[in-house]
Amino acid sequence: MIISVASGKGGTGKTTVATNMAISMKGECTLLDCDVEEPNVHLFLHPLIERSETVTTFIPEVVESRCTWCRKCADICRFRAIAVVGKKVLVFPELCHSCGGCQVVCPEQAIADGSRELGVVEWGTGAGVPVVQGRIRVGEAMAPPLIRKVRAAADSDGTVIIDAPPGTSCPVIAAMRGVDFVLMVTEPTPFGLHDLELAVGAVRLLDIPCGLVINRADMGDDRVRQYARREDLPILMEIPFDRRIAETYSRGGMIVEEMPEWKEKFKSLFRQIEGRVKATPRGRTAQ
Amino acid sequence: MKELVIVSGKGGTGKTSLTAAFSCLAGRHILCDADVDAADLHLLLAPEVVQRHDFMGGGKAVIDPERCNGCGQCRDLCRFEAIDGDFIVDPIACEGCGVCVDLCPAEAIDFPIQKCGEWFVSDTRMGPMVHARLGIAEENSGKLVSCIRREAQRLADEQDLEIIITDGPPGIGCPVIAAIGGATALLLVVEPTVSGLHDMSRLVDLARHFRVPCLLCINKFDLNLEMTQKLEDEARERKMQIVGRVPFDPLITEAMIAARSVIEYQHDSRIAVAVREIWHNIVASPAMNSLGIRIM
Repeated sequence: MIISVASGKGGTGKTTVATNMAISMKGECTLLDCDVEEPNVHLFLHPLIERSETVTTFIPEVVESRCTWCRKCADICRFRAIAVVGKKVLVFPELCHSCGGCQVVCPEQAIADGSRELGVVEWGTGAGVPVVQGRIRVGEAMAPPLIRKVRAAADSDGTVIIDAPPGTSCPVIAAMRGVDFVLMVTEPTPFGLHDLELAVGAVRLLDIPCGLVINRADMGDDRVRQYARREDLPILMEIPFDRRIAETYSRGGMIVEEMPEWKEKFKSLFRQIEGRVKATPRGRTAQ
Repeated sequence: MKELVIVSGKGGTGKTSLTAAFSCLAGRHILCDADVDAADLHLLLAPEVVQRHDFMGGGKAVIDPERCNGCGQCRDLCRFEAIDGDFIVDPIACEGCGVCVDLCPAEAIDFPIQKCGEWFVSDTRMGPMVHARLGIAEENSGKLVSCIRREAQRLADEQDLEIIITDGPPGIGCPVIAAIGGATALLLVVEPTVSGLHDMSRLVDLARHFRVPCLLCINKFDLNLEMTQKLEDEARERKMQIVGRVPFDPLITEAMIAARSVIEYQHDSRIAVAVREIWHNIVASPAMNSLGIRIM
């Protein structure tokens, strides 16, 4: 079973929910940090990194001695990542989407495999939880291929919890596709609701069952709850605003460790999700 | 003309609430909401849309079953595993590279251009605003950000406005890169948490890469004074100007629910006082005011 913890709006508590749920279910799950732009899981679980792998992606490397400047590479490239200027081929690595089209169409085999570093994937264990995390190289724009690498690193048989990035565009989709359940963490504010609606739109497009956690549940209004009722989204947990929780989070502490009464709540959250996944026919979402 | 881009690394630190508040204090300015994935500024400013434009992204492959002979070349070529065994293209997985389109021996693949979102020029009670809405699950957020920043710059030029205030996206990836290149300065809104510090540090690395100066403002500073100190130490070490601290106050949420900026909601609140001081410091900062002459 794979659960993706997502939100739309940033800073609603995805990492808090993902890490506390993972610790509460210690021994039963792996945690993936797919917020590769700003991975935060390690700040809470302090995993000891056992293995690290640099992830690269294909970019064209032009073998000038073979090139006849026929421009076929530049013609097929929809991303303007390769251009022929006079008798010179210019490659713009940061624009390349690694489709390999230039290599396929080059009649002279003048395009070799080059590479651009996307970032790293790291494996470790923290607080008894196996962790896989991705970290994008600063300056790299394309998060989805790295997110897919982090996803691929997980054992598909076991239970996996994914800490997803915020937003509703391609990085989030990469962190939600093919999972069994999306847990949306929101806050009952106008911004929280607005971004939740967008994120739920994405989840519906992917046809994945979904439930809510309302964080800072007493700071705001009732519109998120009304929306949940209207859309038939189950509210699986509410976390009130509590200065102790905010302070615990701020210094990298775990709520379930410092306020043990929360451990059962996070376990129950997990069990509810498990129950819902079991009740949903499998294989309805395309991988 | 200057452009201040408000960013944070970590999401949900108060970028949009502060952007709206600055908008009350700024002189002749234009607003730009560059968080096109999850734009929220309009919820505070109730923009009246004056112009609406479609944002067209690239094409997506569509295989015509009538023309397809099932040779499988497209599937072999596709590096994004977007074509299934029945030769149906998954539009979400399709990267829009068009390699299958160009190389299909049966010429059976169409490549219709997709509408990926919309962008708007609006009037608000604070002045003009350029904003956008990226379609759900769409790509090209960076392109859309570049598009609306260009439009904001054009309008600012045309109307002789002094400053563009841009509400930026979270993270350090594609839309952020598009939002900060060429800006006059970045205002980093950071909360005093371990994740706030970590994410700020990566964002500052990115800003350095693109040679944009950074100013730091700490939101909810009183939630953890020790972390606030750490953030300020790091800022000093990296030669970033600290422009102020905003206290934790549920008033921010109340103002949001009332669809007002904090300045409008309660102009003499301690938050409003803090925000005014921060805005003053931003305007007078060497990063925003390279002539070094204080604006009176």
